[in-house]
Amino acid sequence: MFNLTRKDFIRVLGGFFAAIWAAFATYPFFRYLMSGAEKKTGEDSQVTSLSLGKADDFIPGSSKNFKFGSIPALMVRTEDGAFHAYNAICTHLGCTVQFSSEKKHIFCACHGGQFDAASGKNLAGPPPKPLAALKAEVISGELIISRA
Amino acid sequence: MLGEISETTFKWLDERLSLSAVASAAGKKKVPLHKQSFWYYMGGIAMLLLAVQFLTGILLMVYYIPELSSANSSVLFINSQIDFGWFVRSMHSWGANILIFVLFAHMFSAYFMKAYRKPRELTWISGLALLILCFGFGFTGYLLPWDEVAFFATKIGIDIAEQVPLIGGILANLLKGGSEVGQGTLSRFFLLHVIVLPLGLFAIAGIHLLLVQLHGMSEPKSFQAQAPEKKKYEMFFPDFFMKDLMVWLLAFNVLATIVILFPWGVGPEADPFAAAPAGIKPEWYFLGMFQFLKLLPAHIGFIEGEKVGLLIFALIGGIFAAAPFIDKGENPKLSMFFDIYGLMILIGLIAFTIWGYLA
Repeated sequence: MFNLTRKDFIRVLGGFFAAIWAAFATYPFFRYLMSGAEKKTGEDSQVTSLSLGKADDFIPGSSKNFKFGSIPALMVRTEDGAFHAYNAICTHLGCTVQFSSEKKHIFCACHGGQFDAASGKNLAGPPPKPLAALKAEVISGELIISRA
Repeated sequence: MLGEISETTFKWLDERLSLSAVASAAGKKKVPLHKQSFWYYMGGIAMLLLAVQFLTGILLMVYYIPELSSANSSVLFINSQIDFGWFVRSMHSWGANILIFVLFAHMFSAYFMKAYRKPRELTWISGLALLILCFGFGFTGYLLPWDEVAFFATKIGIDIAEQVPLIGGILANLLKGGSEVGQGTLSRFFLLHVIVLPLGLFAIAGIHLLLVQLHGMSEPKSFQAQAPEKKKYEMFFPDFFMKDLMVWLLAFNVLATIVILFPWGVGPEADPFAAAPAGIKPEWYFLGMFQFLKLLPAHIGFIEGEKVGLLIFALIGGIFAAAPFIDKGENPKLSMFFDIYGLMILIGLIAFTIWGYLA
């Protein structure tokens, strides 16, 4: 067994209290810096649904990048006429995705990820997960996007 | 009369600052002369470029506004309205890029000349810390003009920070300063860029320079093996120092020429809700890593591809940084291993960067 002298004991105890003191002293500053990201600001984050205007204005094969509260979102009208909406944040490294009307899929310009336009499923490239879906529905001719 | 005054002034200062001790130490400093002596100038060039960054950085802050709706337009204002604004701004942007390049040259030349070996392990580590700080300067400074490309580069960078085990989420929140990349991020990056990182740089560069003075210039093995009478040296003062001044003059003029011929532009203002522009690419010094990350599949085994990629980077960098503690110069096979290892990193880096550029 190792022999703990009185001097060592006091040193260890001193170090222990110093560490506790340091933790208490830094905590307010740590919280000060952290809360910027945690506090929700304004009405932006409370948006639950919005209208993109007349549904007929979007022809099949067209798309629109838009602002849904504080997040970038993407609406795609596929060739079958159905409307789909997604959180446009790429599940790879957070770039904003877009729809390619030529290739008929959603892609990310940053690292080449591809997603299915009708389901948001990750098809190719580095993205590990499908895009998070929003609800797109036509209510009395108006295209309404809401949280799924 | 004038001589008398300067003599009295020197004596007065000497009694208080021990100037003659410093002068006699400086008078003894020697620089070995050999085929690779050229690389000794890299650190000095880096120092000059850093000075240019400090000066132009302070000048840019006179007009730059770190606020979401003004950031892009204030840089545009500097670039287009202020007399020689384009010159100061381009000097800062070009200087930063050339500085990174010179630091790479400085690092690899020290690596291949085995200058990291005892007693210079801490010089090596402090140098790597300086390089990482300069990457930090690059990453934070890149966002400040608040243009399209910088906006997405920052999103990617913060997402990568989020992958760090255990503290990733906290780190990302501390950098972002808001629920999304926005004003909070801009304010924090500005502070990091103009206060926090410079303080760190001053401290570590001070240690780095002090260590260089303490140990003197490293001599490559081929030079050490020569007979003592064949070894050639030159005095640091005034010979090497004068050449250093010439190299600085040359470096400054090269920078100014590049700046005049290819002034740095300002990209379109970032729109946080628009899609990432097609063909978006990071700065050249991140391009190799970017290309590598792009090649990885979504999943490798159970782990996400990008996590594996970042793990590989950490491993490669970790072994590179640990070179002085493994390759101590006693084992020729280990020495050879680190030669090949460094060469592979260098070739890989160049190849992936070119690939990323062409892709």
